[in-house]
Amino acid sequence: MDDSRHAKPAASAEARARALESALQQKGVVPDGMLDAFHHVATEKWHPRNGARVVARAWTDPEFRARLLKDGTAACAELGYSGLQGEYIVVLEDTPSVHHVIVCTQCSCTAWPVLGLPPDWYKSFEYRARVVRESRTVLREMGLEVPAEVEIRVYDTTAETRYLVLPLRPEGTANWSEEQLAAILTREAMIGVARVQVSGTQSGAAP
Amino acid sequence: MNGVYDLGGMDGFGSVEVEANEPVFHQAWEALGYALGGIGPFNIDEVRHAIERIEPRLYLAASYYERIIIGVATLFVEKGVITLAELEARAGGRFALARAVLRGAGRLPTPQTQPFTIGERVLVKDEHPPGHIRAPRYVRGRRGIVVHVTPAFSYPDSAAHGLAVQAEPTCHVRFDARELWGDGAEPNSSVVVDLWQSYLTRAQGG
Repeated sequence: MDDSRHAKPAASAEARARALESALQQKGVVPDGMLDAFHHVATEKWHPRNGARVVARAWTDPEFRARLLKDGTAACAELGYSGLQGEYIVVLEDTPSVHHVIVCTQCSCTAWPVLGLPPDWYKSFEYRARVVRESRTVLREMGLEVPAEVEIRVYDTTAETRYLVLPLRPEGTANWSEEQLAAILTREAMIGVARVQVSGTQSGAAP
Repeated sequence: MNGVYDLGGMDGFGSVEVEANEPVFHQAWEALGYALGGIGPFNIDEVRHAIERIEPRLYLAASYYERIIIGVATLFVEKGVITLAELEARAGGRFALARAVLRGAGRLPTPQTQPFTIGERVLVKDEHPPGHIRAPRYVRGRRGIVVHVTPAFSYPDSAAHGLAVQAEPTCHVRFDARELWGDGAEPNSSVVVDLWQSYLTRAQGG
């Protein structure tokens, strides 16, 4: 397996991916329309706006919030979000004294139905290696200063549980609708590496 | 196996770069690994382990979706659906697959007489099996507290190696940062790791 022994140059990643695709198609094992259907689901259905709806609902509906914290899978399914990589969802509730962060150090597992496929930064070796060891430093580098008195609790997705962070609802949003709240939620906030911003400012002050 | 994929706690990496308005796929082919992996005669644990078996230098040099393609292609070849020669002919160049499963890989869960419960102190077994294992190295031999117990899930150390699938609950175990990283740990922080109960024993003493 020593690469230097091989005279034949390596094919590009794209050429290898297409080779796998065409070889399997030639065997007749790829169902018609499957690839387009997967691409559609991966880009349109699995999306952080789903998680945003879940969090906004939890912020505005105390009974839903209670159900979500008790059984995240069932509560997400109430809003239509379930299936692959969402079979067992646990929601991590931030409090004034505990801030949650999600990582997958061994691969890049994510709750696809509510967060979408993971972004490159989440899949990066930098994030996977460092956030379990120096979470406060990594978050600071990413622009999130967590006060010293707040515990940072990092969840490593090493088995089949998939997580969603329920961030603190920002001040100054008391009269906001569920739709307005959902619009300010980002995937990064629901993974725990960014704060929910009310007006696009860094301060998080009320608009 | 103790592979390069088990990155938690490694030093030497730089800062995390966040791309604004990142698309789900940067190139169309990136969707193929997951899509084609879903129709193969193998399970998700086998896919994870195939990716873990990628030669370390290639693992570190390849992109995320490239590793998925390599892992999935390796399994289609190992299961006899396609051949490496076919792949290389179609790709027009070398197609490095993952390395073979290590000798002695695959094991059954450890029967538990009594399930673990929330609040219990546990010790992660310090074990190094040659096959698939989902307990990261940075928690092996460390003590923590069970904060959540899940329903039963397929034991990956068996499922990744074609052994009869047995399911058992996993425990969310909370470790104080000092237990994992010693005196140099960052203050006021902890890590929760999701561990099959076969990876755990009851911690003795306080």
